[in-house]
Formats: sequence, C-alpha cells, structure tokens
Amino acid sequence: MTKALPSVSRPATPGFATFDEHPHSLLIDGDGEPDFGAIQTSEDFLALKRRVTRFIVPATLLFLAWYVTFVLLSAYAADFMSTPLFGTVNVGLTMGFLQFVTTIIITMAYARYAKKRLDPQVDKVRALAETAEELA
Amino acid sequence: MTGANTAINLSVFGIFVLLTLYIVYRASTRNVSASDYYAAGSSFTGTQNGIALSGDFLSAASFLGISGAIAVNGYDGFLYSIGWVVAWLIGLMLIAERMRNTGRYTMGDVMAFRMRQRPVRAAAANATLVISIFYMIAQMAGAGGLMALLLDVHSSVGQAIIIAVVGVVMVLYVLVGGMKGTTWVQIIKAVLLVLSVSLLTIFLIGKFGFDFSAMLDRATQKSPLGQAVLSPGVKYGSSGLTKLDFLSLALALVLGTASLPHVLMRFYTVPNAREARRSVVWATWMMAIFYSCTLVIGFGAMALVGTDKITGAPGGENSAAPLLAFQVGGTVLLGIVCAVAFATILAVVAGLTLTASASFAHDVYANVIKRGEADPREEVRVARITAVCVGVLAIVGGIAANGQNVAFLVALAFALAASANLPTLLYSMFWKRFNTRGTLWSIYGGLTSCVLLIVFSPAISGSKSSVFPDVDFAYFPLSNPGIVSIPLSFLAGFLGTILSKEPADPAKQSEMEVRGLTGIGSGLR
Repeated sequence: MTKALPSVSRPATPGFATFDEHPHSLLIDGDGEPDFGAIQTSEDFLALKRRVTRFIVPATLLFLAWYVTFVLLSAYAADFMSTPLFGTVNVGLTMGFLQFVTTIIITMAYARYAKKRLDPQVDKVRALAETAEELA
Repeated sequence: MTGANTAINLSVFGIFVLLTLYIVYRASTRNVSASDYYAAGSSFTGTQNGIALSGDFLSAASFLGISGAIAVNGYDGFLYSIGWVVAWLIGLMLIAERMRNTGRYTMGDVMAFRMRQRPVRAAAANATLVISIFYMIAQMAGAGGLMALLLDVHSSVGQAIIIAVVGVVMVLYVLVGGMKGTTWVQIIKAVLLVLSVSLLTIFLIGKFGFDFSAMLDRATQKSPLGQAVLSPGVKYGSSGLTKLDFLSLALALVLGTASLPHVLMRFYTVPNAREARRSVVWATWMMAIFYSCTLVIGFGAMALVGTDKITGAPGGENSAAPLLAFQVGGTVLLGIVCAVAFATILAVVAGLTLTASASFAHDVYANVIKRGEADPREEVRVARITAVCVGVLAIVGGIAANGQNVAFLVALAFALAASANLPTLLYSMFWKRFNTRGTLWSIYGGLTSCVLLIVFSPAISGSKSSVFPDVDFAYFPLSNPGIVSIPLSFLAGFLGTILSKEPADPAKQSEMEVRGLTGIGSGLR
C-alpha cells in the first residue's frame, strides 16, 4: 500500500498549516492511513464538532427535561394532570400526546440541521483525507 | 372462541410463515460472508432499515401488552408508550451515526474500539447475551400465554409444542436468511402491524364520530374505575414507593431503548451514517404513529369490550386488542390480529437470536478466543451454531417460564441495557479519558447491580405476583432497578477511569472521534 503513494509525508504541523506546501493537503501519515491526530485538530474538524455540539447538547437537555417534567407531574401532581381540557381529554393525556409531537419536531429539526449544516462540513473534513481513503 | 376461528388464525399465520420463509430464502442466496450474515452486506436503505428497526422494537409486549395496559389501567398504561417514543431521540442524536461509523458488526466493536480488546469484548458480549436471552425468554413465554387465547390451546403440552414451533421457525429464519432475511421479516411484519393498527384505529374513532373525547367518555362508563382511568395513579399512585418505582421504570424505558443490543446492531445494515440517521427518522415516525394508535385501541377496547370482560378473559390484559378485533370485525379480523401478533413474536425473537449469535461469534470466538485471527467462514459457522444453541435455550426457557409472570424480564432487559450499555457507549464516544478499566467497571457494574437488585426485588419474591410468592428475600423495595443501577454504572465508569493508572490511548481516541463524526477510515461512503 505504501508504494502506491506518490509523495506522502506527515504534515510538519497539524492542521491547515500544510495547505501552503501541498495544494491537495493530505492529512495522511507515512503509511497512507489518515492522520487522525492531525484531522482532529484541524480547523474544519473543530468547526464540525462545534456545529454538532451546538445542536445535540441543547436538544438532548431539552427533551430529557420535558420528559422528566411530564413523568414527575404524572407521579406527584395527579390532580393537575387530571384537569379536563377538551371535553374528557385532560392535561395529562394532552401532555403525553405532545411528547410524541415534540419528539417528531426535534427529529425532523435534527434531520434538517444535519443535512444543511453537518453533512457539507463532514464532506469538507473527508476531503482532507480523501486520497488516503482511496488508496487504502 | 370456535374451531372455525382457530382454523382462520392458523391459516393466516401459516401463510405469513410460508411467505416470509420464501422471501428469506430468495433474499439469501449469497449469504456466505461474515458481512452478509451479520450486517446484510450493509445493503439496506435508511428507509428499509428504519421500518425494520421499528419491527425489531415492536414486540408482542408493545402491541398486545400496551393496548391491554391502557384498556385496564388507562393513563398509567399510556406512560410506557411515551418513554419508548421519546427514547429514539437518544438513538438519533447520540448513537446511530457514531455507531455506524465506528463499528462493523456488534456493540463490542464500538466499546472495544480504543480499549484493550479481549476483556472489553468479553464484557460487551456478556452484556449482549444476558440482555438478549432475558428479553427472548420473556417473548417466548408470552407466546405460550397468547396461545391459550388465540388458538384455543389450553393444555401445557400443546403450548409447549407451539413454543417449540415458534423457536424452530425463528432459528430457520436466522440460519437461512442471516441478517438480510431477518431484516425482510422485520419489514414485512412492521408494515403489517402498523397498517393493521392504523386501520383499526381509524375504524374505531369513526365509530365515535371522530370524537376522541366521546370515546373516552364512553370508556370511563365501562371501567369500574370511572373517571380515574384518565388520570395518573391507577397503577403506580398508591404510595411513595410505587411512585418511585414508576420513575425508575420511566428512566429505564427512555435510556434503555436505544442501547438494546439488537437495536444497535441494526445500524450496521445500512451503508453509511446518513442512512443510519434516516433509519432512525423513519423508525421514530413509525413509533409515534403506532403508539398513538395503541392509545385509541386501548381506550376503544375499554369502551367497547369493557375492562371487566378483558381482565376476565384467558390471557388477561393481553387479550384487549384481540377481543376488540373480534367485537368490531368478527373472526376474520380476529384472525388477522392474532396472526400479526404471532408474526411479531417470531420476528423479534429472530432478531434477538441473530444478535446473540453475532456477539458470541464475533466478540468471544473471533476476538477473545482466536485473538482476531479467525477465518471469517469459520466465524460465520460458529455464529450459526450459536444461533441454534440460543434457539434451544430460548425454547427451553420459554417452556419453563410459560405461565409465569415474566413482565419483569422485559423491564429488566431495558434496565440492563440502560445501565450496562448506555453509560459505556456514551463515555467511550464522548469522554477522552475513558479507559479500559472504566469500560469494564461500567459494564459489569451496571450488569451485576441490575441483576442483583432484581433478584432481591418484589418481582422475584415476597408478594403475590412474584415468581416465588412463598418466600421473602425482597430486600430491595422497587421492582425496577433502573433508578439505582443506571447512576451506579455511570459512577463506576467514572471511578474506574480516574482510579486506573493506565491512561487512555490518545491516538485511538483521535481515530474514534474523527471516525465517529465523519466516517474517515471506516471505508464507508
């Protein structure tokens, strides 16, 4: 595998600093494998990580808090949950159904966010190690 | 129920089995490599896998159990469905894509990625086998219980024969079809199941002039509990302890779902992380629709059949959906509902068998015994032999547990998955310092604390509904251990890591993080 690589050298400094030397900056090591340490500290990867965190941390906290609220209210505020809202449908049943609705909303929001904001960034990072992948 | 009725049930079920076996056979002509057997050559689309995911997850317990729980306990039955739907968000945002990018065949692939291979893989396989076998015995025993109701088979020998037949058919699916065949069985079953509950729901709500409130009104009149069935507390509200038990259950449901080994393994049947994400989106939709329908079916059964008649029928709570089907659609609809319930048990057990066999062959045989040098063909042969052994174990266990109160086995499987698997997966994906000792402590800490707490819980001894009602060693007051064992496992993983002198491997950590987010190095497109 090694001999199939024309000119591969470990980047002197990790990250985009190597762009100047190699027009197709390959973050790959001497064996033609992707240099994960260099990719991990590259600007593009850090940007991807930030974008992932920015969505999944608040979204996870939000849905867990909302679910736990619902469970706690069901256990300890039965009277409140039994207040009728529409005819015989009470607060508890409505909140339970809203859990389904919010789950779908967060799911679709994540799918959309991932498609628009994460996938293009993933492609960018992958391009850093593209040649390595093809030769490996 | 009449003999003609049984004949309809049997023929609808027979047609399903023959049809699926034929499809499994056709789908699996080239089912030879390890990748084919474990992951269907990663050839399914996100949509297909999403439907199969919901099929894997929707067991007979979800269909008959949840609609029955709602028909009898009203609001408190509904709580299960909510946990199971919300749980998929964890699968979607935290697990699915990273799982696909870092692993190949089993949960052990991900847990052992940056750790010492042999001990971690052995631990992951132990967790997988314990969870799958508990879950499977519960399904098989449930199958026996259903027979009494659905096929009018009341003798224990007759039920044992039916459990054995279910076991043999499911082993056939796995042996002949591998992951590809099993996935097709799941897809067919999930479509049948969701279609039939949707039609039943539309029909039911139509009967009440599309007025859900009117339906509930009627339901409260037919329930001995009256208005109380619409409020929380019927089942879990009697004391502070039962409320705590309820919190514990709610926690296990939401955290356990996305870390069940047979659910995790599904993410390997798609070619890349984007398809894995699409699978969860599809599965979430299927779940939300399905559980909205069971809400209507449950209260519909309460309104039309009546709680007293349901609890009095053979099969108890589980008979709500079939009785309702009989009430509104006669023997034909009953036959269809019963056949779908059978198909459900069959397909879920097949998925579990495949997962258990893959975990033993890939983690224990190939990586622990052969130290990663196993011949792939030999590995698949071991997997097939394991599938047969697991099948036999499930048949024997199912017959032994037939008629027992096995609901705790399902709850235990969720609590086990939430305590042994979830903390380990999250730590290894998101915590840089996490190391081999931390991994072992969190897996075994969660596994053993969960099993011990169950053994000393009221589910096993000391109360009327226990497995051993005559002795009392129930030192732990809750029947669901999640609220203790899940934090314990997180703590064990943390302590194991900081108390270990062996640092995490930074190169492997870089590789796992980059690969988890981007798929670089995984060979996936």
